[in-house]
Amino acid sequence: MRKLFLGVLFCSLLAPVVAPADEVVVYSSRKEHLIKPLFDRYTRETGVKITWLTDKAGPLIQRLKAEGRRTPADLLLTVDAGNLWAAAEQGVLRAIDSPVLERDVPAHLRDPEGRWFGLSKRARTIVYSTERVRPSEITTYEDLAAPKWKGRLCLRTSKKVYNQSLVASLIAHHGEAEAERIVRGWVANLAAPPFSNDTKTMQAILAGRCDLAIVNTYYFGRLQKKNPDIALALAWPNQQGNGVHVNVSGGGVTAHAKHPEAAQRLLEWLASEAAQHDFAAINLEYPVNPRVEAADAVRAWGAFKEDSLDVAEYGRLQAAAIRLMDRAGYR
Amino acid sequence: MKRIATSPITGEHAREGAAWRWAARVLALLVLVPLAVLFSSWVYLEPALWRHLWQTVLPALLANTAVLVLGVSTGTLLLGVPLAWLVARCEFPGRRWLDWALMLPFALPPYVLAFVFLGLLDFAGPVQGTLRALFDLPQAWALELRNGFGVAVVMTLVFYPYVYMLARVSFLGQGASAYEAARVLGLGPWRAFWRVSLPMARPGIVAGLSLALMETLADFGAVAVFNYDTFTTAIYKAWFGFFDLHGAAQLASILLLLVFVALLAEQRVRSRARHAESGRSASPRIHLRGARGVAAALFAGTVFALAFAVPVAQLAAWAWETRGQLDSRYLDLLWHTLMLGGLAALCTVAGAFVLAYVRRHHGDGFTRIGVRIATLGYALPGSVLAVGVMLSLSWLDDRLAGLWAMLSSGNLQWTLAGGLPGLLLAYFVRFQAVAFGPVDAALVRVRPSLREAARSLGATPREVVRRIYVPLLRPGLLTAALLVLVDVMKEMPATLLLRPFGWDTLAVRIYELTSEGEWERAAAPAVALVAAGLIPVILLVRRSGR
Repeated sequence: MRKLFLGVLFCSLLAPVVAPADEVVVYSSRKEHLIKPLFDRYTRETGVKITWLTDKAGPLIQRLKAEGRRTPADLLLTVDAGNLWAAAEQGVLRAIDSPVLERDVPAHLRDPEGRWFGLSKRARTIVYSTERVRPSEITTYEDLAAPKWKGRLCLRTSKKVYNQSLVASLIAHHGEAEAERIVRGWVANLAAPPFSNDTKTMQAILAGRCDLAIVNTYYFGRLQKKNPDIALALAWPNQQGNGVHVNVSGGGVTAHAKHPEAAQRLLEWLASEAAQHDFAAINLEYPVNPRVEAADAVRAWGAFKEDSLDVAEYGRLQAAAIRLMDRAGYR
Repeated sequence: MKRIATSPITGEHAREGAAWRWAARVLALLVLVPLAVLFSSWVYLEPALWRHLWQTVLPALLANTAVLVLGVSTGTLLLGVPLAWLVARCEFPGRRWLDWALMLPFALPPYVLAFVFLGLLDFAGPVQGTLRALFDLPQAWALELRNGFGVAVVMTLVFYPYVYMLARVSFLGQGASAYEAARVLGLGPWRAFWRVSLPMARPGIVAGLSLALMETLADFGAVAVFNYDTFTTAIYKAWFGFFDLHGAAQLASILLLLVFVALLAEQRVRSRARHAESGRSASPRIHLRGARGVAAALFAGTVFALAFAVPVAQLAAWAWETRGQLDSRYLDLLWHTLMLGGLAALCTVAGAFVLAYVRRHHGDGFTRIGVRIATLGYALPGSVLAVGVMLSLSWLDDRLAGLWAMLSSGNLQWTLAGGLPGLLLAYFVRFQAVAFGPVDAALVRVRPSLREAARSLGATPREVVRRIYVPLLRPGLLTAALLVLVDVMKEMPATLLLRPFGWDTLAVRIYELTSEGEWERAAAPAVALVAAGLIPVILLVRRSGR
């Protein structure tokens, strides 16, 4: 009897491989509080149960690889095209054929082979102190390497994938040598060692440590929401050239999904007009679906020309970008 | 020692020894496999990655790591040892409550103290703002704390309790007789401390210091908040940046090797000196009066304030601002946190007991090395260790699935990886060093003659363990369990990677909020974690005697 009990107890500690049919299992590096409201709504509307697990992109991809055929996950959600590209490259995502997604997600925001699709868009742009910088002074990302910004620039750490993607886009546009010259210029202009996140970077501007920085729009949005009179503003660089650097959060169906159709339907729903506004608005991002408008607070920042570079390039050039930043001494 | 047992018992002793040795080897194997997975990565050596790292960031990372190790050693010794001496051997105003209060910082995870520290003291924080306003300093005036000094200070404040706790037990165990004998023989109080008390407490101090340093080497959370690059940064760069897990594993295995060598060297030096502990005696404390008493109280009080009172007050203030997010799910998070901690403490301490018992009573050279290796996991960054566990379990799952398919022509519906066993194994590997120390130290106090006597009186081996060892070791086992419990509650990367569905903990919640830079919102789960961690710490304090 005791042995039986222990046996049952032990088995209950193990992880089940197969979830019930009307369920989708999601691995997500997009944070729980950004996805839960949408998942809850989907479950209410369709009756499909969604189970999820959050972690960073790297460990989740590793988990999918290690679990292989036995993975319980049907869908991988993550942020940054670099991570999505890496997931596809590591073979944990499957190509799906979805006319719906091809209609709703612009071509440069999804994998050419259909393994992943962008679901929300964020611009990585320049934020400046409204007290010490005139907006007309800000022209391009490249210009931030100019001597006039010496001791006035703050940056987030190069270990963050957002910056790796930004530098990857510089490599794509200018070639590696010119990109390195630009990054070296940024490093020379730094007012303080790189910060661990975008919020700290902006707080440094507010405190007077530096005058401008490169951040994702939604981080600025959060500060602005707390303090509408904040002495910071967003600028849209490279409007005469390639446009503002944009990145995506997105997802793909896993290679060994147990419910691939259900996972695809969820992905299609997330990109649809029904879900896009909320999916983007909850994090103050831009919808990828061109038929959906951004939230009012986001549109208030103004319209801008965005870089139409295929975001898959960020992934392809990510390793080169990291090596370049290491060489340039950008921590 | 003369063996008085008759030959049947001797034969039984040999059989019993073999059984224990095998148990220890199996446990050591559990630890060894995930570590071996890391070393096996050397098959896939990619010179390009190494060349790049060596030519760019690696030299600076090594220098940074050395600075940090040096800083944390100095800091934890300078705080831990004098504080332990003061509360264990002296009397001064406030000693009674500082005695236990000084252990509380142990409940704070390093990454939490790091973000509170920077929130308060960084350029944009209130302290520097006030300084600028008060002294009319220019806007650009800044004191940069995101450097080796700042990280070392934060790590000293969270890790000194290791040194403090273990040194305190040593000082208490010494009694006053040795110190007093030294005084009677004409040594001044300082020299008596340096030449008698300190050397006698050395094993405890060194054990505490090595725990602190292993945590320092494995840390990624606090250094990431500071953007201070250490050796772990290179590991993560290889993994997350270049998606080269083999490179990451190679770097991690080098780290492991260095720690192994350092531990062996330390053991060699230590084994030359032996000290018998005289047991506790109700000895008079040294009364520090007047200015000296005030100075002692001020020193201990300041450490407590900086390491615990101020950061927790700040956390509580932030948590109050964001109290709206608290909901019933926090009860689940708390429950999972305590449940995982409790299960892990149970497994890890049971394992530590077997390992320590075998090493002391049935150890051959082979087993001893196995035991030594079994306590190495603490120096590994949590997520690297977690991947090692995951890869080995997945390999096992493959084999099991194949076996099952052969036997039953169906698919196995269960896996080890992704379930609780994987996570518990990771905790077992990671925190074995934490559990092993106190258990082993307690075992030293049980004289082997007791066991021999019991056996000769006809007790079975099982009875000997149950009726002699467990009661005598109870304080040591409890200390080990509580330390592991608190450590598991604070643990983040392995929990994130290996937790089964639905097993989110408070640390997972903190991760979700801090990774998006919402530090103030992370204060609520952080306060909950500290509060939950206080319970075991207070238990620890109560049982460790005043």
